[in-house]
Amino acid sequence: MDKTINITLRVWRQAGPKAKGGFQTYKLENVSTDSSFLEMLDILNEKLISERKEPVAFDHDCREGICGMCSLYINGHPHGPDTSITTCQLHMRKFKDGEVITVEPWRSAAFPVIKDLIVDRRAYDKIIQAGGFISVNTGGVPDANSIPIPKAKADEAMDAASCIGCGACAAACKNGSAMLFVAAKVSQLALLPQGRVEAAKRAKAMVAKMDELGFGNCTNTGACAAECPKNVSLSNIARLNREFICAKFQD
Amino acid sequence: MAKKEKVAKVAKTVTAKVAKAAKTVKAAMTDKKNVITPADAKIPAGPLAEKWTNYKTHQKLVNPANKRRLDVIVVGTGLAGASAAASLAELGFNVLNFCIQDSPRRAHSIAAQGGINAAKNYQNDGDSVYRLFYDTIKGGDYRAREANVYRLAEVSNSIIDQCVAQGVPFAREYGGLLDNRSFGGSQVSRTFYAKGQTGQQLLLGAYSALSRQIAKGKVKMYSRYEMLDVVVIEGRARGIIARNLVTGKIERFFGHAVVVGTGGYGNAFFLSTNAIASNGSVALQVYKKGAYFANPCYAQIHPTCIPVHGTFQSKLTLMSESLRNDGRIWVPKKLEDAKALQAGKLKGRDIPEEDRDYYLERRYPAFGNLVPRDVASRAAKERCDAGYGVNATGLAVFLDFSDAIQRLGRDVVAERYGNLFQMYEKIVDENPYENPMMIFPAIHYTMGGIWVDYELQTSIKGLFCIGEANFSDHGANRLGASALMQGLADGYFVLPYTIQNYLADQIQVPRMSTDLPEFEEAEKAVEQKIAKLMAIQGSRSVDSIHRELGLVMWDFVGMGRTAEGLNKALKKIRDIKKLFWSEVFIPGTADDLNIELEKALRLADFIEIGELMALDALNREESCGGHFREEYQTPEGETLRQDDKFSYVSCWKYNGEDIEPTLIKEPLDYEFTERMTRNYKA
Repeated sequence: MDKTINITLRVWRQAGPKAKGGFQTYKLENVSTDSSFLEMLDILNEKLISERKEPVAFDHDCREGICGMCSLYINGHPHGPDTSITTCQLHMRKFKDGEVITVEPWRSAAFPVIKDLIVDRRAYDKIIQAGGFISVNTGGVPDANSIPIPKAKADEAMDAASCIGCGACAAACKNGSAMLFVAAKVSQLALLPQGRVEAAKRAKAMVAKMDELGFGNCTNTGACAAECPKNVSLSNIARLNREFICAKFQD
Repeated sequence: MAKKEKVAKVAKTVTAKVAKAAKTVKAAMTDKKNVITPADAKIPAGPLAEKWTNYKTHQKLVNPANKRRLDVIVVGTGLAGASAAASLAELGFNVLNFCIQDSPRRAHSIAAQGGINAAKNYQNDGDSVYRLFYDTIKGGDYRAREANVYRLAEVSNSIIDQCVAQGVPFAREYGGLLDNRSFGGSQVSRTFYAKGQTGQQLLLGAYSALSRQIAKGKVKMYSRYEMLDVVVIEGRARGIIARNLVTGKIERFFGHAVVVGTGGYGNAFFLSTNAIASNGSVALQVYKKGAYFANPCYAQIHPTCIPVHGTFQSKLTLMSESLRNDGRIWVPKKLEDAKALQAGKLKGRDIPEEDRDYYLERRYPAFGNLVPRDVASRAAKERCDAGYGVNATGLAVFLDFSDAIQRLGRDVVAERYGNLFQMYEKIVDENPYENPMMIFPAIHYTMGGIWVDYELQTSIKGLFCIGEANFSDHGANRLGASALMQGLADGYFVLPYTIQNYLADQIQVPRMSTDLPEFEEAEKAVEQKIAKLMAIQGSRSVDSIHRELGLVMWDFVGMGRTAEGLNKALKKIRDIKKLFWSEVFIPGTADDLNIELEKALRLADFIEIGELMALDALNREESCGGHFREEYQTPEGETLRQDDKFSYVSCWKYNGEDIEPTLIKEPLDYEFTERMTRNYKA
């Protein structure tokens, strides 16, 4: 049970948005393989604090894979080498004794670095603000069971809706495209009768905002879906394209 | 027959006793000064089912032209905060909304898994508004306000309608209608759910409504901002002081009213199911400015969390209560089997059926594995204390799905709980389809919080408190799937009404300058506190002190409390306070993104909250819901309330640094329900 490993960390340190960053190397010994990756970073920070140095700044919150706050590019993969999980759910048992682990922030033009491993992901909020909603006010809505929705559609909408907005898709994309993120929201709402009403307008508005914010174009490499911690499917991008083209034809 | 009569007789005497007790409480309290009356709490007159309608009929409203002239600050973007901010903006108010995360979509409501209750009775299984009300009052062990709880049940149905209209993809049946499941403490299926991610989907619904208002310019969003104090001018809340977490700059914000929806304070225990940054600081700030802190000792310990596995652990992960629909909880019957499990020589699946003790089904035949959380947690502790724990530390019980897999097939189980099983496997490195899960109780939710009246207004005028941050509706124990219901009820359907009753009198008040001396002073106090913390330069990290506090809280203010233990805790917490203020070390500077400083500010407040929790627990010489004083239990180990002495809300009023706070009591009069002993056996 209580297995431990020794590791070498190469961590990106950057004092501020405009400062020049670089890798720092740290050695950690006797790290329990039962600890999570972020707990390992906690241990590193405790060590740095005890040496009266500044700890590594990184984003994290729920530590159970749902809030989307944690990020980190670990050994060249967003959320690390394991699949279908976020960094906070990654455990040290996935690493070998003596391994060198490289930790970087998201690298994307639309996600500027704030400090060390923390980036600014407000661009995703802006895309949602452009149309990622159904225009209803509180109150005055019909009974929840008044419109039956086929189970298969509801389930598909739920799968698309499981996106946590972490930014891994754009970080994984060589073009820095946010297509999977946009597609997940467009799909969720387009699949439901409540969201159909504004589907065309939504697709156009969200894609336009994505382009405006400096995200790149989609060239269907599929890296986004491969790295998505929530397994949001690439088929959502196909649906987004359909919605988008139909909307353009209607113009 | 004879047994039935006996039960009836006992029930009769209990009723008589309760009625007598209620009278004594009333008599004892009416002649004292520090008492909150129903009139103080603004509880509307009339029959229970008509109170909310009566209130809405007679309350004051603000006309659309005036709404534009009023600013409302909403702190927090969880279910309560986001739904309130969006709804207020839709009505026409100008809203300033704050959150500590990088995006409002990340508030910890997102982690709620199981579901949300509503009295829709879609399943035709006998549910009703009254039954949801009754289950909630009973589940809270008769320590909640009837009028508030009834209103909660009443608006629950509108929440489901609202969420469906927003595009929340709730689980559905093949016919296309909404599906339900059961949760602890009820005998009907009234819980709506979206896989194991209900909180996420509801929060994203509220976030989408909020995003729409941000785009319209009706909400100004401040993310990565942390409120550090409330500004009170002539007795009314008029703004906040907040720290920009990226630049470290302290800033001032004005609002005609301030709404606080900043969640619970469970992280006082260091290890909890809360998110790492969840904190009780805003609650403590407003308490220090005069808002009462109500029932701080009511904390919920959730029975199904992944057990603690090491000293480096940073948080405890919850396994949804919904798992108890199909999972069966057990420990071995034989001590030698337990020992073998603890030594790792046996696995759960190796223990034959006849040697398993399904202790919840044994002790509570009527509710079985679906007893309320407090009951399930204590039962697990009882078995583990007796030596039957099943992991290396002896602090775990099994949650077993082998029956469900046999009955329903692996696919159905995977469809219902797949994401939870996956989460478990990633953390524990064990496949729960093949070997039973191991679980143990952990701190999860705080029923206590800032005291509010029926309008959700605190004892400071113009300061409102919503969601988990207030003390509100759950009494001494919250039922599963009721937190989401309460957060959204407050934000969508209660506050947008009640706040207008206050704001209607504020339409003549112009926007105030943040250069007023009250803003100046509040900012200065915050800056001094930060400077003091930065100057300590001791030898201890924030987390190391927080862990120490957490251990004291868990050992003495956790699942089993005693007068002796609580007194010990009070002393230890005061020692930790001294240690913190003399030995903490915060690297870096205050005018920068500084996570250690953020943590230190929160820990300073957790220490004081911990003290308040222990104080309140010491005062409450009874057991009720999640508050278990070992001195007060039935021969079977169940909670023993002392209705004649403690049928009240404990409201603590701040008197200054290191001075004991004053206890103010709000007697709980049960006008419409009969107080019973909770019984989940028959």
